[in-house]
Amino acid sequence: MKKSSLSSEQLEFQQYARRWLAESKPPPPPVRLPQNPIEVMSEEQRDYLQDWQHKCYEAGLVGADLPEAYGGGGHEGFQRLANQEMNAAGTPFLINVIGLNMAVPTILVHGSEEQKRRFVPPALSGEEIWCQGFSEPGAGSDMANQQTTAVRKGESWVVNGHKVWTSLGHFAKWMILIARTSRDHKYDGLTYFLCPIEGATGVTVRPLIKLTGESGFNEVLFEDVEVPDSMRLDEVGKGWTVAMTTLTYERGAAESAGGGGGNAIHPVQQLIQLSRESTRDGVRAADDPLTRDAIVQQAIWAEAIVQNARRSRVPALCEQPMRIPLQMKVTVTEFTQSNSRLGVDIAGARSTLYKLDESAPDAGHWPLSYMNSYGMTIAAGTNEVQRNILGERVLGLAKSK
Amino acid sequence: MSTATPPKDFGFGLDEEMLRDLARKFLDEKLPVERLRTLVAGDHQAVYEQGQRPAWDEGLWKEMVELGWPGLAVPEQAGGVGFKTVGIAALVEEAGRHALPSPLLASLCASFVLREADAAAANPWLARIALGGATSLAITNAQGSWEPDDSGVSAREDGDALRLSGAAHFVQDALKAGAFVVSARRGGDLLLCVVPAEAEGLRVEQDHIHDLTRDQATLHFNDVAVPALHVVSRDAADVLRRAWPALLVTVAADLCGSSEWQLQTTVEYARNRVQFDHPLGFFQAVKHPLVDAMLAIDRARSLLYHAACCIDQGGDDAESAARMAKSAASDAGAFTSSRSVQLHGGIGFTWECDVHLYFKRSLHNQALYGDGIHQRRKLADALIGELER
Repeated sequence: MKKSSLSSEQLEFQQYARRWLAESKPPPPPVRLPQNPIEVMSEEQRDYLQDWQHKCYEAGLVGADLPEAYGGGGHEGFQRLANQEMNAAGTPFLINVIGLNMAVPTILVHGSEEQKRRFVPPALSGEEIWCQGFSEPGAGSDMANQQTTAVRKGESWVVNGHKVWTSLGHFAKWMILIARTSRDHKYDGLTYFLCPIEGATGVTVRPLIKLTGESGFNEVLFEDVEVPDSMRLDEVGKGWTVAMTTLTYERGAAESAGGGGGNAIHPVQQLIQLSRESTRDGVRAADDPLTRDAIVQQAIWAEAIVQNARRSRVPALCEQPMRIPLQMKVTVTEFTQSNSRLGVDIAGARSTLYKLDESAPDAGHWPLSYMNSYGMTIAAGTNEVQRNILGERVLGLAKSK
Repeated sequence: MSTATPPKDFGFGLDEEMLRDLARKFLDEKLPVERLRTLVAGDHQAVYEQGQRPAWDEGLWKEMVELGWPGLAVPEQAGGVGFKTVGIAALVEEAGRHALPSPLLASLCASFVLREADAAAANPWLARIALGGATSLAITNAQGSWEPDDSGVSAREDGDALRLSGAAHFVQDALKAGAFVVSARRGGDLLLCVVPAEAEGLRVEQDHIHDLTRDQATLHFNDVAVPALHVVSRDAADVLRRAWPALLVTVAADLCGSSEWQLQTTVEYARNRVQFDHPLGFFQAVKHPLVDAMLAIDRARSLLYHAACCIDQGGDDAESAARMAKSAASDAGAFTSSRSVQLHGGIGFTWECDVHLYFKRSLHNQALYGDGIHQRRKLADALIGELER
């Protein structure tokens, strides 16, 4: 009676992706993988993950909906299916997360034909890894306060400045960079560049150590770095607008070029599992009423995220089209933080153990995941800034600043 | 789990959208908040100290009957519309948004139960509802238990008929209803029967409640005769269990609607009221809680339509989905209510400010058919496994 809403091509692709992933699932990694792509630290991890993304690309699971001229598959409605299947198969994540979710969509919107042909294919295949140069020591939540400068010199720009929180910077070939090209206007004085990183003269990439003691992100120093004018994205002075495109994709309010993978077990199922293996006041944590209530709150939240995404595509049930999309960053990151926090609580005394301690539950996942979750609630515009945006753009309240 | 692919749009199509938009227009026109205030909150002493019968607009109900609303949950073969639950949820959201005093919700809930009962016996009562015969559920005992098996009424055989004794509590909009769907214990069985309000031996005692937008009563049964024809099921617990997701969805929808009104009204106030040279909404201590209320409401609304869609799909995931929706809607209602009073400041604490009307309706709905903690306890049994007792 009920018909599937997928076309026959989409159904066929779904079957194909499922089969391919089952057959091509890679052997276990030679080293323990981090919890997400922006924490990739070692070259072994990188090589393993880069190889996996390349295979997925060759199989048509990355860039499936992008035009063939730019290395894509030229299909419609395939990418979401590919992402779902990668998630369900629990295969490793795709390493080039900034390339796929930020650089590629931004280049497709704002780039020249030449830029699209040059940069999109190797980003999809994972051959060229991208990083993001938006944040600076003095430009965090106030992102337009950019102090990195780009000064015109013939057919080039000379870049000087200091970027921070640069995930994947130590493996990146390219950076999406915003720099100040005029001091006269705060917003209109910004320009967006595709900037060479690996091997570029004047670029220094230094690892930053996170509160967990892990590295994985960096600071990047620019000293008279020459960037050809052909690497400028869109017009001079339009950097803020272009950056907003990037942020729309980064904050999950728009569909990206590819993703998924890495999360075979649902985070709430992980909690339930942990609660069955943990003891609290002499009983299984799974039998403690308060713990049960807290776990179910997480389950409800997780379901709400799925159903919010579903409702956001039903115009008749959304009085304002951006009301739900603009919530996604806050909701997903705070769900994740709260989920990890609850895992720490359920693990109890055992949550004190670092990942190298053999008795640490789930190989030390919970406390590390909890601490790392602050990266998510702070990055891409802190959740406080997100709440300002929601209050002002959706509810129409007065601008706080 | 249902094997059919769930519709991406929750099954919310043009018919549902048209009904919702019509309901909004109709209620905007007929029951603006000024009218509601005059209707139900004219005199605080009359309502609270003297326990006056809560006011409602019977003429408005007659118009709603003409629009066909009471028959929406009545199957077509019983003379109703057999509308999708997603559409009914949208209508009830509008009722909540206008804090509508009427027997609509009670009658929808009674229909949801009766349509799970034995068709031959239940259909005449369903047809009566479709024609505007307000009906309410009398299935709750003195302790306010939300377990379908619990009843404060007992039945004994008397020839072909039954005789009911005891009491049913927390009966919604009982003073507006012409008939009650009653669960009654007889030995090991739980029977479901329909009792007209004028039945001999039935006394409807008005409860003294906070919510000004509805009434509630205790039904006292003093050997009330029920002919065999009026028994609509010999397994009331099973009928109630099957209807339960729709009851939860109905109350959750009302909560979503009232919460959205509270949010928009408080936002409006925060845009206009100036303190320290700025509109209140300029201050993040005001702005951020309003955003948090919006986040809570949207979670609840999305879960609401998911649950309503599960009911329409007929899968066995409807109960969990509905409990999630009711938990989220109760909690969103509690938070939004709290902020709507607090952020209005001094005026929000007074009788003249309308927020109290919605605050109390929401408070009542948060408890009805089980609050968030209750729903989550049930969900924990399903998701984690039952506790050893």
